[in-house]
Amino acid sequence: MDNILSIVTFIPALAAAVMALFLRGEDAAAQQNAKWVALLATTITFLVSVIIFVQFDPANTGFQFVEERDWIFGLKYKLGVDGISVLFVMLTTFVMPLTILASWGVSTRVKEYMIAFLLLETLMLGVFMALDLVLFYVFFEAGLIPMFLIIGIWGGANRIYASFKFFLYTFLGSVLMLVAMVAMFLDAGTTDIPTLMAHQFSYESFSVMGIHVLGGMQTLLFIAFFASFAVKMPMWPVHTWLPDAHVQAPTAGSVVLAAILLKMGGYGFLRFSLPMFPVGSEVMADVILWMSAIAIVYTSLVAMVQDDMKKLIAYSSVAHMGFVTMGIFAGNQQGIDGAIFQMLSHGFISAALFLCVGVIYDRMHTRDIDAYGGLVIRMPAYALVFMFFTMGNVGLPGTSGFIGEFLTLMGVFQVNTWVAFVATSGVIFSAGYALWLYRRVVFGDLIKESLKTIQDMNAREKWIFAPLVAMTLLLGVYPALVTDVISPSTTALVETLNTAVAAADLGSSADVTVAASH
Amino acid sequence: MQADLSVVLPEIVLSLYVMAALLGAVYTVKDKLGPILIWSTSALMVVLAIWIGTSGAGTEEAFNGMIVNDAFSRFAKVAILLSAAAVMIMGQEYMSRRDMLRFEYPLLVALSAVGMMVMVSAGDLMALYMGLELQSLALYVVAALRRDSVKSTEAGLKYFVLGALSSGLLLYGASLVYGFAGTTKFSGIIQAAEHGHLTLGLLFGLVFLMSGMAFKVSAAPFHMWTPDVYEGAPTPVTAFFASAPKVAAMGLFARVMHDAFGLAIADWSQIVALLSVASMFLGAVAAIGQTDIKRLMAYSSIAHMGYALMGLAAGTQLGVEALLVYMSIYVAMNIGTFAFILMLERDGKPVTDINALNQYAKREPGRALGMLILLFSLAGVPPMLGFFGKFMVLQAAFDAGLAWLAILGVVASVIGAFYYLRIVYYMYFGEEVEGVETNRSPVLLAFFVVGAGLMVVGTLTTLGVEGAAEAAAATLVK
Repeated sequence: MDNILSIVTFIPALAAAVMALFLRGEDAAAQQNAKWVALLATTITFLVSVIIFVQFDPANTGFQFVEERDWIFGLKYKLGVDGISVLFVMLTTFVMPLTILASWGVSTRVKEYMIAFLLLETLMLGVFMALDLVLFYVFFEAGLIPMFLIIGIWGGANRIYASFKFFLYTFLGSVLMLVAMVAMFLDAGTTDIPTLMAHQFSYESFSVMGIHVLGGMQTLLFIAFFASFAVKMPMWPVHTWLPDAHVQAPTAGSVVLAAILLKMGGYGFLRFSLPMFPVGSEVMADVILWMSAIAIVYTSLVAMVQDDMKKLIAYSSVAHMGFVTMGIFAGNQQGIDGAIFQMLSHGFISAALFLCVGVIYDRMHTRDIDAYGGLVIRMPAYALVFMFFTMGNVGLPGTSGFIGEFLTLMGVFQVNTWVAFVATSGVIFSAGYALWLYRRVVFGDLIKESLKTIQDMNAREKWIFAPLVAMTLLLGVYPALVTDVISPSTTALVETLNTAVAAADLGSSADVTVAASH
Repeated sequence: MQADLSVVLPEIVLSLYVMAALLGAVYTVKDKLGPILIWSTSALMVVLAIWIGTSGAGTEEAFNGMIVNDAFSRFAKVAILLSAAAVMIMGQEYMSRRDMLRFEYPLLVALSAVGMMVMVSAGDLMALYMGLELQSLALYVVAALRRDSVKSTEAGLKYFVLGALSSGLLLYGASLVYGFAGTTKFSGIIQAAEHGHLTLGLLFGLVFLMSGMAFKVSAAPFHMWTPDVYEGAPTPVTAFFASAPKVAAMGLFARVMHDAFGLAIADWSQIVALLSVASMFLGAVAAIGQTDIKRLMAYSSIAHMGYALMGLAAGTQLGVEALLVYMSIYVAMNIGTFAFILMLERDGKPVTDINALNQYAKREPGRALGMLILLFSLAGVPPMLGFFGKFMVLQAAFDAGLAWLAILGVVASVIGAFYYLRIVYYMYFGEEVEGVETNRSPVLLAFFVVGAGLMVVGTLTTLGVEGAAEAAAATLVK
């Protein structure tokens, strides 16, 4: 099984190909078959990925299960996982069967829908496993195509605008990264990620068109990668595509977007920006910390005034991703551990919240908060689940949301107390918008005529939520499950970061004089 | 003498075939021969392509260096012959049904192919001009193939007038170069560059030469003829314009720049870079408002020429290799896309309005998927093959210190992505309107499937194109 990563990656694609070639017709039976094939494929993918997780050795900070083949144009097809990426792989394979289950009610173009999701899974897994720069880019960008179609075909009323905005925004962000990748390839002579992580990119400061660039090439490369990952993340102020995409996407699309696609940005920072451009990261860290703090406060406030449920959760996602970037660029063990934890926890919680919206949207076909109220009377089980994930979103101790927020805040407190101070206020705001949303939707009197016959969750829906509840609770009370896996890798990362920054000696007098002379 | 002739044997064979077929057709059943002539001409071209492709390595010169047969010209010739043959077969049924298939059509295409073959193997300004004019004259006639259509004749006339102007520019440049270098041979001209810089007179000549060639590759700002000619000419002819002549003109461009001015790269690299930027942006921006898919493809081809020129602007071996790879991918994408356009019709009439594609995916999911792949490949989105072409030219440009060009190139590609996405939008998300019918010709389908399939399969193996392009680039750039 030395190519287990490829197997995991391409099972969904294989299933998609089988579906495309052999499944004919648009009748109910064919639709049912498509759903079952998709569910089966994603479940098998998950089960196989469990083998990876079990055999993974956390103490080894290098890449494991590495496989390498020659590819076209002198590039390499190379996959592998380390402590940072293995959990994202697990998150992906874990969430996908649930999204397929959540899509059981889709009735238009079911076959194409399932194919799009299966291909998307392959591409997302590829992103987290790729150990070749260009291979990473191929997976990273290719994921836009199925997502573009998912939003555009199965989305809401304003789906066209949302799908174009989604595609062009993220495409523009990533092409700059492509140029940076070309620059890295020419500088280091390889696109192999482990080699590049060990490669020293020049941090000699220089001037471009009269502008002094502290940290030189590393800073420029960092900015190019940052453009891509910040859009993907998304960070304030380039987050505006996310609410649109979320609102218009079908429920399952929102779930994948929130749970997995957003994590690619954070993963990119950890895989590329920090280890490859430590000096560039150090130069830019303060700016990013403040951007994160602004994101947390600003988007939390924006979330408060939304009257569309999905939009509210989308803005809350942006705020939570603010904690992630803050933790990553704190650059210490707690910060980075916290950021990864927060990403995983957000993967479960935001997925669940979008599913919660999906449950009532399927019944009422509206996401207007005003259209609801008093649901607890007719839907007690739903109210309970929604309450649980609202608490998770707020970061209540005992849920996974708490650990992530606490660790990132602790990490950033050691680096920049003011940022930590501002960001902490975001915790309060998040309690504000989340609880207020819950109060307006679930509590109060059931006065709306249309809601009087609403049904509680059925068995399928309950089964979708069960694993998410379990994971949120499990990680909340036993976070070591995650931290034990990631810590060795993050320790190594922090060490290289500190060594590189110390060696660069950015604040030295020599550098300042150079800056002054320009 | 005999050795000289053997170097140009493929060209001679093709020319003799054309003349014999012409005489034969005139004295027999004329237009009824059309379909047969298309198949036989294509067959001959494929045979010649295989012959050239498998014939020995190395460099041969003929007629005192007027004609050069090296790996570069062989690469270009194979691409030209194969794409010309493919486009002819593709359009045969379309033209027969609409009574457009005069017997001259395949023969004119074959003659222009001879011209193109001479172009890419020219070692002298005279041979260059001879090849270029042979190609152009045949193309002017082909553009005006539908004499009864105003648009077609307009296209032909426009093409002719502007083409003559560009030929004039080129000729003027050639005469300046001859005047200042004292020779028309590339091998002689290259020695005139002292210390890597050209004298003023040569520089003038160079600029005129480049304007003429930029016109032939339809690079902005010499692109004006392209949209009108693409729109006006019958679709099979448009498909032809978009493939073989572009390869030939690009091959000629690369050959003249490197063989004749290879020691003064700094002098022309900036001009090519500017042509490249202008083409990429013009192609990307101007295509946004188009409603006719053929006009859209015209702007798309302008943008693609911009990317290919990026490889040339690098002025390195890697650059030429990237250029050749890019052109090969471009031709494959275009053949697939035009096969799709040829399929669209309503009541037997061709349809080129993009609106007509509304909800095409519902009626023809398989074909829509194929077109989707081609469109994303044209836009340069991975994992399609089109992305790797872009990646190679970016790499070449960056390597040559043209980072700004690479950055502008990727920005233009985002703008360009919009109009490709627009077609996807019509096919998949559009409103339900009176749609198009699909021509179910198996030949068209075969070309379409191969074109789209290559965009995916090509990412697993490049089928030898990579190695051949590398060898070709190595012989051109010394």
